[in-house]
Amino acid sequence: MNGCEFNFCGEMLAALPTGALWWQSRQILTVSDLHLGKSERIARRGGTLLPPYETQETLSRLEADIAATNPRTVICLGDSFDDLAAAHAARSDVSDWIDRLQAGRNWVWIEGNHDPGPLGFGGTHRFQVNHTPLTFRHIAEPDSSGEISGHFHPKATLHTRGRAISRPAFLFDEARVILPAYGTYTGGLRTTDKALNALMKPDAQAILTGTTMCQIPMRRGQVKRSSTSAR
Amino acid sequence: MTALPPKFERWFSSKGWTAHPHQTGMLSRAADPALLLIAPTGGGKTLAGFLPSLAELADGTHQGLHTLYISPLKALAADIARNLSTPINDMDLPIRVEDRTGDTPASRKKRQRADPPHILLTTPESLALLLSYEDAGRTFAGLSRVIVDEIHALAESKRGDQLMLCLARLQSLRPNLRRVGLSATVEDPGAIAHYLARHPDPCEILHADPGPDPDIQMLETKEFPPWSGGGAKYAIPAVLEQIRQHRTTLIFHNTRAQAEIFFHNLWHANSENLPIGIHHGSLAREQRAKVEAAMVAGKLRAIVCTGSLDLGIDWGDVDLVIQVGAPKNVKRLVQRIGRANHRYNAPSKALLVPANRFEVVECVAALQAAKEHDLDGDPRGPGPRDVLCQHILIAACAGPFEAEALYREFRTTGDFCDLGRDEFDACLDFAATGGYALRAYDRWQRLQQRADGLWQLRDPRLAQKIRMNIGTIQDSDTLAVRLKNRRGGKPLGEVEESFAATLTPGDTFVIGGQVVRYEALREMTVQVSKAPGRKPKFAVFSGTKFATSTQLSQRILRMFQQESWPELPDHTTQWLALQRKVSKLPQPGRLLIESFPHDGRQHICVYGFAGRNAMQTLGLLLTQRMEAEGLHPLGFVSTDYATLIWGLDQITDPTPLLQPALLRDGFETWLSGNAVMKRTFRTSATIAGLIERKTFQGKRSGRQATFSSDILYDTLSKYDPDHLMLKITRQEAMKGLVDFGRIEEMLARTAGRTDHVILDRISPLAAPLFLEIGKVPVEGAATERLLKEEADRLMEAAGLA
Repeated sequence: MNGCEFNFCGEMLAALPTGALWWQSRQILTVSDLHLGKSERIARRGGTLLPPYETQETLSRLEADIAATNPRTVICLGDSFDDLAAAHAARSDVSDWIDRLQAGRNWVWIEGNHDPGPLGFGGTHRFQVNHTPLTFRHIAEPDSSGEISGHFHPKATLHTRGRAISRPAFLFDEARVILPAYGTYTGGLRTTDKALNALMKPDAQAILTGTTMCQIPMRRGQVKRSSTSAR
Repeated sequence: MTALPPKFERWFSSKGWTAHPHQTGMLSRAADPALLLIAPTGGGKTLAGFLPSLAELADGTHQGLHTLYISPLKALAADIARNLSTPINDMDLPIRVEDRTGDTPASRKKRQRADPPHILLTTPESLALLLSYEDAGRTFAGLSRVIVDEIHALAESKRGDQLMLCLARLQSLRPNLRRVGLSATVEDPGAIAHYLARHPDPCEILHADPGPDPDIQMLETKEFPPWSGGGAKYAIPAVLEQIRQHRTTLIFHNTRAQAEIFFHNLWHANSENLPIGIHHGSLAREQRAKVEAAMVAGKLRAIVCTGSLDLGIDWGDVDLVIQVGAPKNVKRLVQRIGRANHRYNAPSKALLVPANRFEVVECVAALQAAKEHDLDGDPRGPGPRDVLCQHILIAACAGPFEAEALYREFRTTGDFCDLGRDEFDACLDFAATGGYALRAYDRWQRLQQRADGLWQLRDPRLAQKIRMNIGTIQDSDTLAVRLKNRRGGKPLGEVEESFAATLTPGDTFVIGGQVVRYEALREMTVQVSKAPGRKPKFAVFSGTKFATSTQLSQRILRMFQQESWPELPDHTTQWLALQRKVSKLPQPGRLLIESFPHDGRQHICVYGFAGRNAMQTLGLLLTQRMEAEGLHPLGFVSTDYATLIWGLDQITDPTPLLQPALLRDGFETWLSGNAVMKRTFRTSATIAGLIERKTFQGKRSGRQATFSSDILYDTLSKYDPDHLMLKITRQEAMKGLVDFGRIEEMLARTAGRTDHVILDRISPLAAPLFLEIGKVPVEGAATERLLKEEADRLMEAAGLA
């Protein structure tokens, strides 16, 4: 499998170029923040009419990752749908497609803040799930360990010779892994953001997704002095 | 000829003035349905435009709005309000004049809709907004005349296309509306008249006396211009001396970055503390307003500026215009020079300051062209359909409309007079449903057709969102710069997002004439601290980059063929002679290419002389072919005359890369995937209402991060390649940034006659390219290689490898 392997809590995990996480020894494929149905939700709420192809594009990539890894279990780490109405409004071709992907394997939908309820698809629906020594949930909890989560859509920037290259990124330290967003219509949060700085330990690293996956020390925001009050 | 009304005659004599023939001419032809006045700056053009309105309003019987005045600049609207108050107060005319721009308080805006003044001064965007309200018919009841000032400037951009669609709407509301255009000297008045007219009605043109020829010279300096660069630092002492000798000097630059650099250097050399200001579009509004006020009050001896001061604001007693950097376009040069000496019939005085030795040649060529009245210009293409899409949404905000009536209205504009019904319907479908092959939004359409056939908004609340998106000016990729402190910081201006992304804390750059240190990026704001005395890493906010016109490029190539150059300064002559000796000078009918190593990289330099945009496209095309052939291009930079490409491998024979058939073949497939297209897509998609402005700028609430418009472009290209937005993007890119037409012109001109010169080091003519801003990286195998090298280096440095 073409990816970037790293050791986490004694387990070898592979960060895949697409942003999926592959746990070879347990045959578990994890993806986070698919945000399926995002364009539909925006249109419904009176926003712009974005090209309605992101569900198709996201599922195509997921299908390719599943075909390449043939996982026993697929875990969707939450925010799989942009909202519950989008999940319930999903066209029959989308729901058939998801059925096909699920055939012959375990499928776990973790609740996200965008989709905090049953989605109406096959598979099990959980707040979190354990595969010792790892725990899978949507939003990282401050004092946990062995935790795999999503939610933040991290992206990392690498400054090379006169060029800044930004890509969605995995973040990990000894206690947790945060996955990049897998969905097509998703933006990113810079690793310098204070939310990510507070969660990740000083020695955290980032793995950039894309053709050339590379692993770098996580770039952090400035250390704030206590005298500077946040606005 | 209609004489001035007696009251006006008395006012003119009380001032010791006589009305110009074109001013009385405007009065005698006041009934014309459309009239274009061409007059040089300082010719009383604006008063000529307003005289018929003042005369018609003098008896105080007119109810409601009479005249709508449109200018491209907010500042100009405010300036005109001030200027009109003089005759109105002097003659005690019962006329109420108000301006309405983005800066007008909401309470007054609301009142103006219900109770408009006799004369309303506004901008195209504010007019579009006014027309989007349901009560537009009431606001414009009584409207008789519309005056479009600086119409030559508006006609060059999408703002002008939007304005003409607005005039078409006004004409539907007020069929007898008369249109007046005020223009500076242009090369093709007929094109502007066609643009202004209610199609197919004619539009007469009134020419004012052009006045005496301007007095243009090259600035004499002790120091030579440098081999390269755009700062013109060498000319600072000579420029300061000129400022001392004149009352008020305007110092024009082509880009904001150059203006910043020059102002920074000028300020350091200004030992006498002469009051000098800076004015450009990236500065915060507060900063600009301060400079404008000081200028009007006569408190400044010089202003360093960019195109933001191009238009006819009366800045008081300007007696010298200095143009720093090559003027790129003879017409613009002539218009800028017109800013000096606002007294009619006195020659304007101007000095040209080339920033480097290549620009010496360009300045001399431009000076000769100006003396020969050889103005340049490009023909107008068909109107941009992204603006049309926006206008359909604006029409829907104002109330239910009939498709056929709106189509007929659009066809009355010069730019859309050939619009096909199928093209209109595609735009309407886009506005209503998104226009996708996958009919996904039938439930959530923006516009719906009612049983009676009229189109209306699905949800009236959508109007608010559409109004927020009105306008065609793109400022979506800039970030505000603020001084960091506890209260949120003083705004200094804006920089491009791409520039901000390259900054690391501690980097320094210049903005508003001061050196600042980059501290952090927070909530879409670049936080900086003052760093006086530090050497700045200059800002790459680009300002407007004009392409050198075809006419001027040809003049330069012809000059290169001379045996000697008595009209050029010695240093430039020597430089050209050196280029002729170590390499070759480019020729009109041949294509010169140089290869040389420099700084550990291999370079090729193609002297296409096709203008900046076409040379940029050529750079993209060539690097794409090099990438395909495994030649590892890393990036390129283009100027108006050449493209310089660098990479990891040497190019021994560039001719196959430049074969016209292959370039053309590659063009089609290439066009869909390149950065210029993505940038054009972002602009057009924002104008057409596919992307909300707020998506890219402004508040980003916490983690709800936005995603790049590139993703939309890629998705659409993959799943809906025939979509209207992609067609519009292509059309717009071909017109502007891609400019493939001029590549064709270059290929035809050189017809395969290529000179390849292999050198062991950089050539004199290629040197200036190394300091050009706007280098374009090539995303390819070389990037991946660099990425890996840099990541390995970082890990090693962190002890993690």
